[in-house]
Formats: sequence, structure tokens, C-alpha cells
Amino acid sequence: MKKEIRLSGSGGQGLILAGIILSEAAIMDSKKVLQSQSYGPESRGGSSRSDVIISDETIYFPRAVNLDILLSLTQEAADKFLCNLKSNGYLIYDSSVIKVNPIDGEAIGIPFAEIAIKKFKTAIVTNIISLTFLCKVTEIVSIHSLKSAIKARVKEKFIDLNMKAVRQGIKLAEKYLSERG
Amino acid sequence: MSTDRKAGKPILLQGNAAVTLGALDAGVQFFGGYPITPSTEIAEILAKELPKRGDKFIQMEDEIGSIAAVLGASIAGLKSMTATSGPGFSLMQENLGFGMQTEIPCVIVNVQRGGPSTGLPTSPAQGDIMQARWGTHGDHPVIALYPDSILECYELTIRAFNLSEKYRTPVILLMDEVLAHMRESVVLPPKDKLKIIHRIKPNVPPEWYKHYKRNPKYISPVASFGEGYRFHITGLTHDESGFPTQVPEEVNDMMDRLLRKITDNLDDIIQIEPFYMDDAEIAIFAAGVVARSAKEAIIQARKKGIKVGLIRPLTIWPFPDHDVENMLESTRAVIIAEMNQGQLINEVKRVTKYGQHSRFYRIQKYNGLVITPDEILRKIAEVA
Repeated sequence: MKKEIRLSGSGGQGLILAGIILSEAAIMDSKKVLQSQSYGPESRGGSSRSDVIISDETIYFPRAVNLDILLSLTQEAADKFLCNLKSNGYLIYDSSVIKVNPIDGEAIGIPFAEIAIKKFKTAIVTNIISLTFLCKVTEIVSIHSLKSAIKARVKEKFIDLNMKAVRQGIKLAEKYLSERG
Repeated sequence: MSTDRKAGKPILLQGNAAVTLGALDAGVQFFGGYPITPSTEIAEILAKELPKRGDKFIQMEDEIGSIAAVLGASIAGLKSMTATSGPGFSLMQENLGFGMQTEIPCVIVNVQRGGPSTGLPTSPAQGDIMQARWGTHGDHPVIALYPDSILECYELTIRAFNLSEKYRTPVILLMDEVLAHMRESVVLPPKDKLKIIHRIKPNVPPEWYKHYKRNPKYISPVASFGEGYRFHITGLTHDESGFPTQVPEEVNDMMDRLLRKITDNLDDIIQIEPFYMDDAEIAIFAAGVVARSAKEAIIQARKKGIKVGLIRPLTIWPFPDHDVENMLESTRAVIIAEMNQGQLINEVKRVTKYGQHSRFYRIQKYNGLVITPDEILRKIAEVA
């Protein structure tokens, strides 16, 4: 099984870190993993992306070209990367900035940034809330591994904040899953 | 930027970070460089790590100064390296030749980007393959290695140091931008399992020492400045003692020595990976990231029953003439896939006997994008 995931948004939203955390969680789940990211001016603003390929087998080609999962935190990123999403792939977008579902089919819109600001008084945890939501809904990695990967990556003084963000992400996912039925 | 080195369990590692771990495990003691995309992380990490060990990192004024500093540090006895990209590699060519002529071990990493000139700073290309071979003037053999995975970025950095110390010559590590920047799960070997080579030191009294002593292996012990041995280093063609000579026999001796220390040891220097080549009727020849695309394409083509395989050089210079010739003997077509306007194809043509392969196919891409498995599959379908 091979899955291609793209975390997209604008530079500074912490999506590169989120991609690294997702990759390290996948390694803890005994998967093969390959991560790449936008390099150049867009990583300092503009639309940025972090691609993660997770597989049971050796990953040869390093580019994500047929996305199974696309997370978009900005309209620009959604517009730019939708063409790479498989027809039956997951689109998860931040509905606090993307007001209309960008595709004809089913997509998941959650106001991640609004929730982050409302509950945590900072948008900085938007990446972890949305990543956790993505992991819980798609089951791409286990929540246990995700938590361990976050703890290993973020500075000690921010672990508590990030664990709260994880709980928020799980809550949103559980709500979404129960509503979807 | 993590450089944790956990042996035996999988870690997520970036290509440039893997180079630094390889260099540190090989015992690098000096880095002189001028940061340039897409190699910057190598300088960035070593700037942090080398001082922790009491070793030296210096950012020079430019790449000419960088390689000069590296050569100087090496001749003072330190394992030395630099890392750059095409524009910097161009500036290093003169002193690279000096290092070869004067037999100074060191490692030069060139993470290639689109060229010529400043070209495409953040995009991949394989345009420096011939520059690595002939960028500096005059007859000279060269050792250049080419990884295709993050683990190999680590392993071939160690190997580059080992070969440079053993054969007393600069060694080039050629990398693709894609590998330099991507991260992959890798399992590093335990440190005590590594084979680390150090240059041979002289065991004669200083007054007997000759810096380029004649011997049948063309490799002689090397003293460092400051150890009490007196010797002379010059870019001019020199005799055993290192002083300039124009005596034809001595010139011949030195030129043969530079050449034959490499060509007499091809078995030790050359590494090549055959992938599904046992029964292959069609061969793909590719290095680095293109070889990864080729592997993906081969796995898919094999599912359709097409007998296709890959020949991948890990040592790109000296070119693996005999291995390539032998492996191509039983194939009826070869596809040379490279991210340039045609550099490797002429090497493959050179080593195949005249008329043996009527069918050469090429995939050449130089627009800043990676050759994809689909592109290779289409060419396989055309050939099959």
C-alpha cells in the first residue's frame, strides 16, 4: 500500500514541520517514508507544500504526483494543487479561509484556523490540529505514533500546547466521523 | 535540523544531513566553504558540529578560497572537505587540478543544480557530469561518486573520504538536488562496523623522506607539514622530491603515477548496481534520482512481461567501461536517461563495440523537472 499526502498552505504555517512529524510517525508505524517540500521563495511566503509518501515497500520515485490526501490551508494552495488529487482522494481544507468547497465531489471543510484562535488564542497550532484531524480521519498513521513524533520534534516547553492541539484535532475528527456516519 | 545518529533503527534523514553524518563518521576535521543552494545544509550542519569536536569550520570569501583552504588543511594533516554547487564548482576547478597534481586528499561535494552559470538554483539537473571529469585542465584521472538514496549519500561520503585518503587525491561526490533536499527513512550502520581509511604516514627518518617516492603501486606515504619532514609542493610538474622538473623521463614518471594509481585499482574504485539485469533484453542506463525513476518504471514494465533492467553507476568516474560493456552484451537496446542534453550517452556508446548495439535510445530532460517513471515507461514501450 502506497499513499501520497500533500500538506499545503502558505509559508510560515508550519507545514514543513507537520510533514516531518507525519513522516516520523509513519516510521514508528514501521512504514517506509519519503518527504519532500517546496524549496525556494515560496517557502518564505506564497503557497508552500510538504509532500509525504508512505508505503510498505521501497519508495523509488521521490515525487508525489497522484495525491491520496490533500490538506489545504489556503485558497491559493487548494487552487494550485487540486489537479494532483486522485479522483477518489481526500481533500481536507480550512473552511475559515476557503469558503466554498473547491471541488464538485465530497470534501472535508473544517475551520481549523478559527478554532485554533478561539481555543488557543493563536493560529500557530493550526498545523497540528489539522494534521491530527487528517491522521484520525484517514488512519494514515496511528495517533499513538503521531503523539510520539510530535513530542520528539517540538521544544519541551511547547509539548503541552501541542498535545492539547492533538486532542482538539481528535475531537473534531470524532465529531466529523460521527456526523458522516 | 537534526543530525542525531541512531544506529540500527530507522530515522528520517535529509540527503545533505546524511552527507554530514558520513563526513563526521569518516573523521572529517576541516570544512572550508562558501554556502550555496542546494548544498547549504552541509555547511550549516558542519558549522554547528565541527566546533563541538574541537575541529574547524571556516566560511571563506568565495569558492576559490574554499578549496585552497581545504587543500591547505589537508596537507597539514586534516581530513578536509567542501560542499558546493555548479557555480562554485566552476570556481574550484583550477585548485582542484592543483590538488590532483600535488596529490592532496580531500572531498568535494557538488550538489548539482540547473546550469550553465547561476542557472536554476533550486531545481535538479545532471549537467556537471562532464565538468567533474574534465573541468580542470590537463590529463588527469578523477574519482567521482554518485548516490541514488539517502543511505548512499551517507555511505558514499565515507567512501569518498576513504578513496581520497587511500589514493591520495581529491574525490568528488556528485549529487542531485532532489536527493540533497528530500528526507527518507534510513537505517545507519553501527559506527564500529565502518571501515575508515587514513592516509599512510611515512616511517622513514625525515632526511630520507621523498614526498612522491617512486614505487610500483604509484602510491607513497604522505607526511604533513609540521611533522618535521621537509618537502616541496608545486603545481609544476615535479620529481620525487616535489621540485619542478622538465626531464622527460621524470615528467613521464609523474604523469604515469597520477594515472596508474587510479587505473591499476579500478576493481577497488568502481561500484555499479545492476537492477533486474540477469535476463534483461532492454537496459536503462541512469544515475542518481533518474535511476530511482527507472527502478519504478522497471517494476511496472516487468509486470507486463517486458524484460528490462537498469545499470546504475555508483562510481561515475572512472567510467565503469568493462561492467557496462559486459552487461550490455546480451541486450538488444539501451535507453540512456539523464537530466542534461546528453553527457552519459557518449560514454555508453564509447564502451560498446562498434555495431553491437544498433539501437540507442535517449531520454534527456533539462527543464528543471525530474524524469518520471511514466516517461521511461513510454520509452520502454517504444523500444519493446
